[in-house]
Amino acid sequence: MNIAAGAARAADTLTPNIIAEHGLSADEYQLLVAALGREPKLTELGIFSVMWSEHCSYKSSRVWLKKLPTEGRQVIQGPGENAGVVDLGDGQAAVFKMESHNHPSYIEPYQGAATGVGGIMRDVFTMGARPVANMNALRFGAPEHAKTKHLVAGVVSGIGDYGNCMGVPTVGGETNFDPRYNDNILVNAMCVGLVDSGRIFKSAAKGIGHSVVYVGSKTGRDGIHGATMASAEFDEASEEKRPTVQVGDPFTEKLLLEACLELMEEDAIVAIQDMGAAGLTSSSVEMADKGGVGIELELDRVPTREENMTAYEMMLSESQERMLMVLKPGSEKAAERVFRKWELDFSVIGYTTDTGHLVVRHRGIVEADIPLAALAHAAPVYERPFAKKEPQGVVAPEEVPPPNSMLGALECLMGSPHLSSRRWIWEQYDHMVMTDTVQRPGGDAAVVRVHGTKKGLAISCDVTPRYCAADAYEGAKQAVAECWRNLTSVGADPLAITDCMNFGNPERPEIMGEFASAVEGMAEACTALSFPVVSGNVSLYNETNGVAIPPTPAIGGIGLIPDIAAMTTVALKRQGDVLMLLGAEAGHLGQSLYMQLMLDRTHGVPPPVDLDAERRAGDLVRGLIRDGCLSAVHDVSDGGLLVAIAEMALAGGHGVELDAIPAPLPPHALWFGEDQGRYVVAASPDQADAIHKAAAVAKVPLRLLGKVGGDAIKIEGEPPLPLAALRIAHEDWLPRFMAHG
Amino acid sequence: MKASVIVFPGSNCDRDAAVALEAATGQAPAMVWHGDSEIPASDLIVLPGGFSYGDYLRSGAMAAHSPVMREVVARARSGTPVLGICNGFQVLTETGLLPGVLMRNATLKFICKDVWLRVERNDTAYARRYAKGEVVKFPIAHKDGSYFADEAALARLEGEGRIAFRYCDENGEVTADANPNGSRRNIAGIYNETGTVLGLMPHPERLADPMLSGTDGAKMFLSLVETLH
Repeated sequence: MNIAAGAARAADTLTPNIIAEHGLSADEYQLLVAALGREPKLTELGIFSVMWSEHCSYKSSRVWLKKLPTEGRQVIQGPGENAGVVDLGDGQAAVFKMESHNHPSYIEPYQGAATGVGGIMRDVFTMGARPVANMNALRFGAPEHAKTKHLVAGVVSGIGDYGNCMGVPTVGGETNFDPRYNDNILVNAMCVGLVDSGRIFKSAAKGIGHSVVYVGSKTGRDGIHGATMASAEFDEASEEKRPTVQVGDPFTEKLLLEACLELMEEDAIVAIQDMGAAGLTSSSVEMADKGGVGIELELDRVPTREENMTAYEMMLSESQERMLMVLKPGSEKAAERVFRKWELDFSVIGYTTDTGHLVVRHRGIVEADIPLAALAHAAPVYERPFAKKEPQGVVAPEEVPPPNSMLGALECLMGSPHLSSRRWIWEQYDHMVMTDTVQRPGGDAAVVRVHGTKKGLAISCDVTPRYCAADAYEGAKQAVAECWRNLTSVGADPLAITDCMNFGNPERPEIMGEFASAVEGMAEACTALSFPVVSGNVSLYNETNGVAIPPTPAIGGIGLIPDIAAMTTVALKRQGDVLMLLGAEAGHLGQSLYMQLMLDRTHGVPPPVDLDAERRAGDLVRGLIRDGCLSAVHDVSDGGLLVAIAEMALAGGHGVELDAIPAPLPPHALWFGEDQGRYVVAASPDQADAIHKAAAVAKVPLRLLGKVGGDAIKIEGEPPLPLAALRIAHEDWLPRFMAHG
Repeated sequence: MKASVIVFPGSNCDRDAAVALEAATGQAPAMVWHGDSEIPASDLIVLPGGFSYGDYLRSGAMAAHSPVMREVVARARSGTPVLGICNGFQVLTETGLLPGVLMRNATLKFICKDVWLRVERNDTAYARRYAKGEVVKFPIAHKDGSYFADEAALARLEGEGRIAFRYCDENGEVTADANPNGSRRNIAGIYNETGTVLGLMPHPERLADPMLSGTDGAKMFLSLVETLH
């Protein structure tokens, strides 16, 4: 399929075939004609098709997204701008967002992932913030699937090369392997930036007769119809969509970043918007629509890198590293000086008008003249039918057979694709540049210092897809809670989240049911934990030949540590410290990694999250951290309690001697159950009393687990598991897989 | 000590170098744009890490021909200490101020991690705060860091005692396992004939702050301050 070439040949005779190739249904086309009051020209059809694509219009998800809480005292900017903004006090703010680049990354993993990272960084610096940390949430297919190794290699090097060249540290993330992602991988990239709260730039183009300025790279034919591609499911012919994947140039983006921030020091910009999905079309439409003005573009002035580009191609190109700005009158010269200094293209390509129309001229011909209201507000909004899934039953601990040896099972889990070390990935990311990474990848949350202060920003990305597949409502709740918990574990006050909603085809009621349930679960958790959603994106149609991915609402959260001197890490620090578990235990094994990996069973409901207990346990732990009571903290998540303890032991290089499990629950249910709302903490013995008292006051159950000591994991009745052996099992899997596989 | 940090398009450790220099000297260094042909009077010139000109052509190759580098070379030849870190080291080899070349890592991948280095000499402005043979921890973060020179050049570097740092294990043993990128003779950094120009792939500025899990790098900046005032 080559829409651009086909369309160019067809001139303005719009056959039903051309309309269908633009991803518009017959009904949607009729809506378009009604909104326009006439048949569209080809360029106009192209503009409508991208603006009304699922990717840009959120037509299937919009009615549900309204249910998410987006407000709070800390929120400076909620959803609707390029990124969300939260207050960090002292006149500083954090700007952050997560975005998917799933479809392109499957088709061309290196460029797909790289441009995903580039796009999300542009969203952040468009708002005037300097990006200070990147994260990513990656889902690949089964390790044994023929494509997985190639996709992992391409995605990781694409993310690394882009972020590394930009000089923005990639400080962590999460990676899953699951056969349900075999034909639809997920690449979700998150970026966090810092800005003075008084100097936030937005995208509303207010004022008439102001110059509309194009800066950055030249426009080519790459990425035409990327947004439309991201709004359809895959089939055997998807490989042919490679030309719709954009090509990234991180060096140009680095120049664009520095040039934009330099110009933002001056009082020159009315509005600024990056050219991401749907390029010049969506940036100009959104700026004009938000500002309530019209916009006229002279495409002859658009810098191009290919000859004879048509208006259609220029309006739909998704060439990377470009920005559109509306300048204050008289600032053009100063702005041009800055962009020329950074050797970037700079061109006044139009101006704002009072017509309320988008008018596009090329070679003296009006190629498009569309009322902005039609593009932005007449877009279809669907209340699609949905069918929610009945969750399965609870798996009682007694129904699940124990392993021959607890430590044998531990070693097996820690060396599995699910829990093995991700060092092979994050050592390819420059995670230290900017010299503020005070907690590197591998812990619960990464922490970057707010430059020049003692404050720290904690960042974490979380979701457990197998929980969401079993119960989208509980799974989404858990994703929010786990993110909150990870931020708490380093001592941060969780502030807000961004989300990346990855789902299958919304036209199928069961997928829409998953989406609806996930939104409701998130909304409940966000409300209970005062953890609002300030930005995000929705990626639908992640399915191939009718088989969808598990519902994957990835949550990216940030938190603030007032003084990084009081920050905690997962690493055990001292022999002789006591180990304690905070939070209630029920031995929940349904959907646990233990059942999946040791018994090859994946049934049952996921562990429920008691949000009230979650909040009490988290507030207790954070308080204890601030009071200096704890020497190490780790939340209990994938794999359960014994895995959490083992991770702390490996990180600190200290062994542990664990006490026997109390009756009546079966030991394997307590060691491997994935009950929520729990933390393992280490403390010097003289703090134990204070911790007991605080836990009693907070009504958080506490159990003494044992003590830090030796160089092995010791459980009564089993031979000790030396840390050296466990470390090999844990570190070995991923590099070995990538080397041979 | 007055320092200047050269900023190329694509430099991205310029601020990090400035922060470490300011911590050691108490004054902010001058940041000099690549297009400038003048550098203020400086006791030290730093070529920072990053991806100057996007690493196009070859790492450091384009930067070596930028206007400011003519002045840097002239200053270096007249004895001004010049420190090239990571991409700065690549620029120094491309200008010919230091011999050899930095090739793609043996793993073909970007590597970011802490490594151990053995201090090969301490009689220079950069190293007087270290002991000879001391084992220090610096981070590396590069894709093109495999030091290569022909056998004659390597023999000359060794003979003249111009190896500054070698990759080693925690105990100071220079082993193949401790070599992260395939560098010849585990070379992590080298001096020019007079010991005034130093190029190294590891980043001293990244472990120069107690909050960043190490301060071994700070000693290099303190050595410079002590020597150059």
